Amino acid sequence: MADVEELNKPLFAGLSDVSIADDIPVEGQITVPVNSSSANDEISTLDEPVKDTILRDLKAVGQKFVHVLYPKKSSALLRDWDLWGPLLLCVSLALMLQGGSVDSKDDGGPQFAEVFVIVWFGSIIITVNSKLLGGTISFFQSLCVLGYCILPLTAAMLVCRLVLLSSSGITSFIVRLVVVSASFGWSTFASTAFLADSQPPNRKALAIYPVFLFYFVIGWMILTFSPS
Amino acid sequence: MAKTEGFHLDFQDFNGDDDGVRDRSDGATTVNIEDLGFRKSPSQRRGAGLEDELLDADDRTELLSSERKSAAFWTLEFYQAFFNVDTHQVMGRIISSVLPWRGKNFVRLHIRNNPDLYGPFWICTTLVFAIGVSGNMSSFLVNRGQAKYKYVPEFWKVTMAATAIYSYAWLVPLVLWGFLTWRSRKISSTTYYSFLEIVCVYGYSLSIYIPAVVLWVIPSEVLRWSSIVVALCLSCSVLVLTFWPVVRGDRPRIVLTVLSSIIILHVLLTIGCKAYFFSTYDEQNPGKKSAVETSAPQSLTTAKTH
Repeated sequence: MADVEELNKPLFAGLSDVSIADDIPVEGQITVPVNSSSANDEISTLDEPVKDTILRDLKAVGQKFVHVLYPKKSSALLRDWDLWGPLLLCVSLALMLQGGSVDSKDDGGPQFAEVFVIVWFGSIIITVNSKLLGGTISFFQSLCVLGYCILPLTAAMLVCRLVLLSSSGITSFIVRLVVVSASFGWSTFASTAFLADSQPPNRKALAIYPVFLFYFVIGWMILTFSPS
Repeated sequence: MAKTEGFHLDFQDFNGDDDGVRDRSDGATTVNIEDLGFRKSPSQRRGAGLEDELLDADDRTELLSSERKSAAFWTLEFYQAFFNVDTHQVMGRIISSVLPWRGKNFVRLHIRNNPDLYGPFWICTTLVFAIGVSGNMSSFLVNRGQAKYKYVPEFWKVTMAATAIYSYAWLVPLVLWGFLTWRSRKISSTTYYSFLEIVCVYGYSLSIYIPAVVLWVIPSEVLRWSSIVVALCLSCSVLVLTFWPVVRGDRPRIVLTVLSSIIILHVLLTIGCKAYFFSTYDEQNPGKKSAVETSAPQSLTTAKTH
């Protein structure tokens, strides 16, 4: 804090001399850098090929997938939020939930847009709900966590489609039921591990119940999916 | 003064560890009487003197209400006032809306000064998805084993249920609030409910339908109709007991009209949901009756009344 004031004094002394170069150390101290190597990387992004940039972002998304699968280290998913992973998961889930025939109306399953709306509006409503209950998590952090925690359910959807390819009898239903319930529990557990700490202790259940309902509905859509 | 209370009487309990009395930064001390009331043990809360005690608290809170700042409507703090509830409060409200004999008046005992939107919103959402899921499961159970039947998830049931439930839980309180405001001006009634309180009562009164709707999965008409009757009696009694003090001073004809229209709308919603989402006859082939031959005419007649 004292450093900042020292830096500000020459700024106020000669306001006409204000330049961007003076501002940089102040910003650097306010937003604590994650580690020094990442700051060096960002400087060199102008020169690097596009492939490297995309690969680095994909790597960040993949690391967050690992965090969801092992929901122990909660800091990374909350600190650097991004919405690429949720978009990827949501689009692939909605594509897989789309029945074979797009034009036939008697499919009865949720359409692509309905899945999309349920996932995004559902997570937005849950986030607003937790903010209104007095949660301390930021809006996009919560969206990011809720979106990334769909990963087990998207994996379950993939398994369900593979199971449905082979057979569609009672055994296939039991296999799908087990897979979907396991991934539903996993999603709820992972998102609870990330989100529960941001709530006051006497309101935790109120904030977690909508998350439970959200993943339950997605799990139900996956379980009842029947290809036409 | 009483009319503004629904919006301004709440203030935020961010710490959660204060005991109802706190110093504000501007030097004034505000007393959260309602918090003190809810900290009491359930056995004390059930006591007979509670209603008067809470009414006293109500008066004192109204006197203090002028001290409170009201946040502007575009800020998050304004809406946080509608979600200012704890887990045990929501549980208590749900239980008392399911078991109406625990308290005489739901609004006066449980949500006075602190109507929340958390309960109504999430109860309605849960009910919508419960109707969608169990309606789909019941139609699967009814049609199972038929050669022509092919299982579909019937996602449109969720959309229809959302339209029905949300519009019921918002429009009926709006109309009722408008009517009661008009009447209470005419007869200068002492009891007055704000719009949020009416929404809150209606939202919580729907909570009994969630277990009932889950029970409707079982394709037995006797079980369904008995659970309908039980759920209707409980939630109608909550509504009637709540609105009785407001309309009591009015002319008997108006009292009868208000109370009977509340009950009739509630019955219509229940029977309509039952007939539309849990019909036991085959929708694809109306000519061909389903396996539950005996109960099909019954649900056809209910569909007509809807």
